Amino acid sequence: MTLKQTPLNAAHRAMGAKMVDFGGWDMPVNYGSQIDEHHQVRNDCGMFDVSHMRVVDMKGTGGRDFLRYLLANNVDKLTSPGKALYSCMLLDNGGVIDDLIVYFMKEDWFRIVVNAGTADKDIAWMKQQAAQHAPKLVINDHPELAMIAVQGPNARAKVWEALPGSRELTENLIPFSAAEMGTMFIARTGYTGEDGFEVMIPANAAPYFWATLAEKGVKPIGLGARDTLRLEAGMNLYGQDMDETINPLEAGLAWTVDLKSQRDFIGKSALLANPPTRKLVGLVLLDRGVLRGHQKVHTDHGEGEITSGSFSPTLEKSIALARVPIGVQISDTVQVSIRDKMLSAKVVKYPFARNGKGLI
Amino acid sequence: MSNPANLKYTASHEWVKTETDGNISVGITQHAQELLGDMVFVETPAVGRKLKAKEECAVVESVKAAADIYAPVNGVVTAVNSKLDSTPEDINADPYRSWMFRMKPDNPADVAALMDAKAYQAVVDSEAH
Repeated sequence: MTLKQTPLNAAHRAMGAKMVDFGGWDMPVNYGSQIDEHHQVRNDCGMFDVSHMRVVDMKGTGGRDFLRYLLANNVDKLTSPGKALYSCMLLDNGGVIDDLIVYFMKEDWFRIVVNAGTADKDIAWMKQQAAQHAPKLVINDHPELAMIAVQGPNARAKVWEALPGSRELTENLIPFSAAEMGTMFIARTGYTGEDGFEVMIPANAAPYFWATLAEKGVKPIGLGARDTLRLEAGMNLYGQDMDETINPLEAGLAWTVDLKSQRDFIGKSALLANPPTRKLVGLVLLDRGVLRGHQKVHTDHGEGEITSGSFSPTLEKSIALARVPIGVQISDTVQVSIRDKMLSAKVVKYPFARNGKGLI
Repeated sequence: MSNPANLKYTASHEWVKTETDGNISVGITQHAQELLGDMVFVETPAVGRKLKAKEECAVVESVKAAADIYAPVNGVVTAVNSKLDSTPEDINADPYRSWMFRMKPDNPADVAALMDAKAYQAVVDSEAH
């Protein structure tokens, strides 16, 4: 199968990227040292090509009512234009179809950003549900939009340098909100635990923007560091920390599920009928080694499993997210099976690191 | 970086150097460290452990993945490089000086029968396609 390419493919290769097959996309995993790239984002700033993610626009009447029903989080929290909300989209049984960000732009325009690997499935589900519940809503995806995330304490200033006129439009954006700038869309969001922007830009303009950022000294960052940054920031990765077989209450995402309001949403009755028996916790390895996904976790309350694990460059220790029986408490010591050994790990509250600092 | 001509190699990307005392040093190749990326952990075999050729005997872990290291020949472990415990990144910086463990081979002819640098390069090239 031919791998799909983003508009920045040639730029990655020219910058010495090591390219890998990432869910059918030819993407940069690093441009040298993944650990250096990780520190670059925590301490200064870096740029990521996330053009494989998909932008979906919902336009027309009935968007808000439809999203109130479609999403587990409540779009009624979105009251001012530009504000964004993180949510899961659930199956009737409560399993997670995808996690996404929805931006409220106008009462007749909501913009949603979904994961690359699930985009086609997500859009089919949205259209199927809309046919029943919001037949006048127009749902269009925009594979022609590229997306560049610029993240780190100096990220916003670098974007302002690279995009004349952007400072006036975005300086007052509060975290988790967005503004339009011509054909571009600039959101103060990200997946690293650092400040910054995610910029959606037409594909044909993306290489120039990327090159301009590079000229301003912004280093390219691969998907390898993106994963360790999001793990330190305690952010879930779809397909690892949750999927269609896991509900958000057992994936550390209860804070994104609105069960208090009267509104009904897809998956709500299943969540209410099945109180969680497991939960997602953070682990820090006490012994030498590296925690990895699928390793078994042994606790006094039964067995669990690591969903995401790696080495934390900020803490210089191995860290993980693990799904464990609900009785496990913060500060418990658990045992993790790594190859033929049992290693000790401490249960911690995550995030592990954000805004340039370790939190453990 | 080319593969040193004075070393022997395995298809599983270990390099083998015969020391002056007849023991061999084992590490991983430039190609292997490039594939794995930044090293963060090394687990070496116990000194005195008897190994069969192609037996899993050590582990290197990068940020990205764990990889098994295999014994290149039959023999006994005589030493391990404990310096790598604290500086596993040495493997990235200088793979051909970062030996992981030493063995006394049962039969020096087994070492002589391993691939030379040219044959190993052919293995690397074939993997790239």
